[in-house]
Amino acid sequence: MTKLVDMTGIDKHFPGVHALKSVQFDLFPGEVHALMGENGAGKSTLMKILSGIYQRDGGDLVIEGKSVSPTTPREAQDLGIGIIHQELSLMNDLTVAQNIFIGREPRKSFGRLDEAALNAQTAEIFASMNLSLDPKTLVGSLTIAKQQMVEIAKALSYRSKVLIMDEPTAALNDAEIAELFVIIRRLKAEGVGIVYISHKMDELKQIADRVTVMRDGEYVGTVDATDTPISRIIAMMVGREVNEEPLDVPDLGEAEVSLQVSNLTRGKDIREVSFSVQKGEILGFAGLMGAGRTEVARAIFGADSKDSGEIRVHGKPVSIKSPKDAVRAGIGYLSEDRKHFGLATGMNVRDNIALASMDVFTGTGGVLNDGEISTTAKSYIKQLGIRTPSDVQEVRLLSGGNQQKVVIAKWLLRDCDILIFDEPTRGIDVGAKSEIYKLLEELADQGKTIIVISSELPEIMRLSHRIAVMCEGRLTGILPGGKDTTQEDIMHLATQRKAAMQVTGTVQ
Amino acid sequence: MTTATDIDKKKPLSGLSESGAYQKLLAFASLIALLIGFSIASPNFMQTSNMIAILQATSVNGVLAVAATLIIITGGIDLSLGTLMTFCAVIAGVVLTYLGMPLLLGVAAAIGAGALCGLCSGTFVAKMKIPPFIATLGMMLILKGLSLVISGTRPIYFNDTPGFDQISRGSLIGEVFPALPIPNGVLILFLVAIAASYILGRTVLGRYTFALGSNEEAVRLSGVNTDMWKMRIYALAGAICGIAGILIASRLNSAQPALGLGYELEAIAAVVIGGTSLSGGRGTILGTLIGALIMAVLTNGLRVLSVAQEWQTVVTGAIIILAVYADMARRKKTG
Repeated sequence: MTKLVDMTGIDKHFPGVHALKSVQFDLFPGEVHALMGENGAGKSTLMKILSGIYQRDGGDLVIEGKSVSPTTPREAQDLGIGIIHQELSLMNDLTVAQNIFIGREPRKSFGRLDEAALNAQTAEIFASMNLSLDPKTLVGSLTIAKQQMVEIAKALSYRSKVLIMDEPTAALNDAEIAELFVIIRRLKAEGVGIVYISHKMDELKQIADRVTVMRDGEYVGTVDATDTPISRIIAMMVGREVNEEPLDVPDLGEAEVSLQVSNLTRGKDIREVSFSVQKGEILGFAGLMGAGRTEVARAIFGADSKDSGEIRVHGKPVSIKSPKDAVRAGIGYLSEDRKHFGLATGMNVRDNIALASMDVFTGTGGVLNDGEISTTAKSYIKQLGIRTPSDVQEVRLLSGGNQQKVVIAKWLLRDCDILIFDEPTRGIDVGAKSEIYKLLEELADQGKTIIVISSELPEIMRLSHRIAVMCEGRLTGILPGGKDTTQEDIMHLATQRKAAMQVTGTVQ
Repeated sequence: MTTATDIDKKKPLSGLSESGAYQKLLAFASLIALLIGFSIASPNFMQTSNMIAILQATSVNGVLAVAATLIIITGGIDLSLGTLMTFCAVIAGVVLTYLGMPLLLGVAAAIGAGALCGLCSGTFVAKMKIPPFIATLGMMLILKGLSLVISGTRPIYFNDTPGFDQISRGSLIGEVFPALPIPNGVLILFLVAIAASYILGRTVLGRYTFALGSNEEAVRLSGVNTDMWKMRIYALAGAICGIAGILIASRLNSAQPALGLGYELEAIAAVVIGGTSLSGGRGTILGTLIGALIMAVLTNGLRVLSVAQEWQTVVTGAIIILAVYADMARRKKTG
């Protein structure tokens, strides 16, 4: 049987990143080939090359025996390659049918649209999918799950020979997933090759024939889906060298519980999350993207509202409705996106450090005491080892690691003793990372309470005294830090999805 | 997450679930309220002659607003509409008065010049990726300057072109129904509006106009040449400005090169009052027409009531803010 797709030696560079390093991937007709890997492993990039959104820098792409280089999504479509994107790419203000046929509208003369044909053809596709949906419904009024179905219908309407599905079930409930699998099996029987990207291990077993694993932009291996145990696939996914220095987990004994969260809930994002952190402890939060870790942090910090749940700081219940309340209670949140939320990058170091504590430096009539600000800033620059020519250097000119330290200084000055770090080393180079790690450990030593959210397992394992793992908004377990916990243990909890979470229904 | 709000709606009152329909209804109700209010306040208001004056005043701004609607639905903005209108009028003046060409050629030249300038703006926005606000701001100044240069800063009169003033001021309808001397300018506005409505609702160009404003990246990923379609939309809007240029030149029987600045803002105001979203993706020509009428009725009514010109401007500004606020409040509710 000739391969539908044969990609070999695929290379792709982005500015500063070697995204794909000689990656290979192939696909037979009538096959479901799962593509697995952690966030950032390069799965989506590889598929964007296949579907003409990115162009490869090196390697060969052969479709049905012919070497090709699609340069636009249109060219890829003409080669029979359809893709369902992870982020829905629909036009909310258009109807379902108009969305499905965008770019290929049935036309009459003079560019007039044949709306009747449009709706009829859409109805046909829906009928073949066993989907009851009015083609004239506005996409914006549909649930995410229905929108996903529209995406699938759109890809099907191209009569694609290759169908790429990038996490198609992320927003679907069990009944809808079952429906999707029926459709996938039928497509398989018709000889369509399907690339299936998913984090859900149980789905692999149900639907995939082969599994290819990628890690850090590299090809790890291809295995049979049914015969290979899940643990082996996970090992292939995470198989990095575990970090050099072993973590020394301090015995905190009876240290005071500084933050206690009970039954924190918000919609589908956060489901009854309860945990506590002691003074001097570093609690790591692990999980896949979208597991709800940042959402938990933002809810605790008051940046987002919560449906229910209690937060106690130093044993006393506190009502946190806005970041202002959280800061007053001594909670600081260091966002994963420093440039957007953490720093005024155009301002200088000392003003950024003082930003959350301006009232301390404000004299009569709102005049700022610049001398005081400067003295304070300089002491933090020394204490945290911020490398800057002076306290009036603009923050944007500092390196990522030093920017992060400025944010830390800001919260320390504000007397925050509970610090939540969301991806503290994102965008920071390797050397500066270990410096940030040391700083976090020092802060914990000094009796601060530290929560670290990170998508990088080695980072979590390097830092955490305990590791909380989340999946789909639930806290699936808290593991001890140190060498007793392996990356596989964490991944198991991170992919522990609840079966039959919701009863099917048209309305949620 | 939008899970709570995007529950499958069981289509409430089919018309209302449509984009901007609520706003349009609100706008229409406001228009009626204004008409009733002014009629009560002044017996001179509800005269046929005054109604026709209102319609006549709407015609130029209405045509420009139709052009603005197209651009705004794509999620863009065009600040050059007003000076482009003037530029087209000047071009008509050059072709008809200076070169002595026949009437039809002058009209074609004006519309062609409009389309070409629109294509330029479209190229700046689509190909060169200059934000529409900046690209058309530049275009606005370029065209303002060019109008003055080409005309030698003097008005160009159309005295040698018999019938030119009839394009706007004559009344074909009045010849058939003497009781209804609706000027041709108004007739042209309605023809332009109907054509634009048809293009938006029934043609590929219209479909992409909405699609671009709704989610440009998604359209691009669907394999549509978004740049080319955007340029076409800007060109179409430019051509419509050419029609507006003919209308205003005909009404004044002259091309006034210094005129035009500020018209684009009134057009945009009419679009916004009519319920077209400035963030793109939704909007209707009917709404825009109502918006343009509201502005004309307001100006006319306040004048009939002898309100000072300065205060008319203040009221217009307040109305725009109110209209946009109502639109945003509605959007917040429906998510």
